[in-house]
Amino acid sequence: MPSFLFWLFAIVMLVFGALVVINRNPIASALSLVICFLGLSALFMSLDAFFIGIIQVLVYAGAVMVLFLFIIMLLDLRAEERRKMNWVAFVGGFLVAFSLLVQILAVIGSTRMAKQAFPPLASEHVDDVRNVGLVLFGNYNLPFQVIAVLILVATIGVIVLSKRRLR
Amino acid sequence: MNPTVSFILITLLKIVGIVFLVILPMVSYAVYAERKVSALIQDRLGPNRVGPAGLFQPIADAMKFLLKEDFTPAHVNKLYYWLAPCLAMVPAITTIAVVPFGSTLFGVPMVIADINVGVLFVFAIASLGVYGIVIAGWASNSKYPFLGAVRSSSQMISYELSLGLAVVPIFLLIGNLRLTEVVQYQIDHGWMILPFAGNWKNPVGWLLAVPMWISFGVFAIAVFAETNRLPFDLPEAETELVGGYHTEYSSMKFALFFLGEYAAMITGSAIIVTLFLGGWHFPGVPDGSRGWIFGLINIFVFFAKIAALLFVFMWIRFTLPRFRYDQLMRLGWVFFFEIALVNIFLAAAIIGFVDR
Amino acid sequence: MAITVPRPKLTWSERLYLPAIAAGMAITLRHLKDMLLGRTRVTMQYPEQKWDAQLPEHYRGAPALVKDEAGRIRCVACQLCEFICPPRAIKIEPGEIPAKDRFSKVEKYPREFDIDMIRCIFCGMCEEVCPEQAIFLRKDYAITGLTRAEMVHNKEKLLEIGGVIHGVVLKWNEKK
Repeated sequence: MPSFLFWLFAIVMLVFGALVVINRNPIASALSLVICFLGLSALFMSLDAFFIGIIQVLVYAGAVMVLFLFIIMLLDLRAEERRKMNWVAFVGGFLVAFSLLVQILAVIGSTRMAKQAFPPLASEHVDDVRNVGLVLFGNYNLPFQVIAVLILVATIGVIVLSKRRLR
Repeated sequence: MNPTVSFILITLLKIVGIVFLVILPMVSYAVYAERKVSALIQDRLGPNRVGPAGLFQPIADAMKFLLKEDFTPAHVNKLYYWLAPCLAMVPAITTIAVVPFGSTLFGVPMVIADINVGVLFVFAIASLGVYGIVIAGWASNSKYPFLGAVRSSSQMISYELSLGLAVVPIFLLIGNLRLTEVVQYQIDHGWMILPFAGNWKNPVGWLLAVPMWISFGVFAIAVFAETNRLPFDLPEAETELVGGYHTEYSSMKFALFFLGEYAAMITGSAIIVTLFLGGWHFPGVPDGSRGWIFGLINIFVFFAKIAALLFVFMWIRFTLPRFRYDQLMRLGWVFFFEIALVNIFLAAAIIGFVDR
Repeated sequence: MAITVPRPKLTWSERLYLPAIAAGMAITLRHLKDMLLGRTRVTMQYPEQKWDAQLPEHYRGAPALVKDEAGRIRCVACQLCEFICPPRAIKIEPGEIPAKDRFSKVEKYPREFDIDMIRCIFCGMCEEVCPEQAIFLRKDYAITGLTRAEMVHNKEKLLEIGGVIHGVVLKWNEKK
């Protein structure tokens, strides 16, 4: 991928990521987040990681954010728009985010990987679907199964909790 | 020529050719076909005034839509109100990017982007289609569009599950998500709905037909629900919601929703054709490497199959009544979801235990 | 008392719905096939083919004024139709017949008689109420115009639509 596309998608991601926080309208925030996800998936694809990029869109933009939007649409948006800006929280949050950024930069800068260019891939076309599958069902089979059970338990728990109130 | 430049030029040519010369005319003539088929089923004649047998009716419709007043109600959220029709149209057309619509023509593969996660790309883009409807319903700031949007989003999320699970048996069998490979497999081993073709004596093929037919049924029905077609057109149920999510829209913005539905139908049919009906393959016709005329025939066969499926869409629309909303949800979650899950186990058992 | 209507018990095949769907699809396909082969002819191509010859005698089309055999306007401008008209489509401007006229005993005649066909609902009350049998609903139904003014039928237009009616009451004639 030419580097100008990388910069384009990176800028799109950063701008819309900022808009998620800045927007006063929750719907606009949610949609900015969707565009942010799309930019992220484009960046994944520029690394030949088509599978991760597509799953990013499919799961986050296509399913999770739709449910988010669904909930937000049922809220009273005017209350959110009327709320005054809390400057103390704003400055505090900015400071926390900034210190986190400094920390990340410091940690990444001290690793060896950050100092050299990314080594080129062994082959031009990586079959990333097969690789992800092999790793998931080979090396990490047990954690994968445990997570599956965990999600099943969470699903059943939600059903039990939501049904109990009806009685 | 620089290979990058020629690659970009050829891709652009393919995009323009397929979208503007095939898909968009097909969309407008799908509207004409819908009116004609509905009329014939209901013992009427349908459009027959503009041109011979009413064939220029789509042009007249387009003129009418363009010339009508583009009215924006005062109570809507302007930006999102204008954004929604585009969001409804774009995903429907984007999906066609990964679908192989022909073999090769002058040595150029007839697929815009042959990526290794083709079918996931289709699902990802199709799942973005719900935003157009949700934003339309929310930005209209009016109760019927909002109800339509809420219905549509829950319906699409529900049926996406069956849609995704229904195709798993195919990929268990093929072991590759690339759509060109899917078509190649079907050329070698018989179409997905006819896995016994060519090797009639082999009982495994007949056994495999069972999960494939179940997959085909569930997938086709889920496509109906995803494209908001009758009998699942609850987001725009006229009798209950006036016009559903596009009640507040007029002129070309309404037309974009309307045409987006047909574009979604065409891409949905294209996916069904690619996954189950052998793509551009027709028995006895060689692929484009034997000459450009065969390449053209392959493309024609692909779109002929789509047209046949579109006819089935319309035929069903004018036969079946609309579901009630709770029936729709029950059908999706209790019925098709479970069938698709069991079908995966069935297919896995057949593929795993029976030696081919 | 509320009556509970028992729902019909469906058999297994009926609960599956698929046979019913297949049967329905077969029916619609048969209709489509018959239309394609030209076996069904149900609809009429309106502007080319018209049903005017078969319109029944009591057809309620556009209201119109009629003349009698002697070519006289039968309307005496009593304005009953104007008052009864539910959408108030009729506007009459009465004129007086001068005393030295032969028909002075009739006293009034319509100087202007307008029916606004945008408002008219073809109910036929004017015809029913008219004591002189001067206004009738004729068989014209395709009333079109490009402007609002064009859609107002004046006296000449109404008489043109109405034509002549024979042998009913003859109040205009001298008393025997």
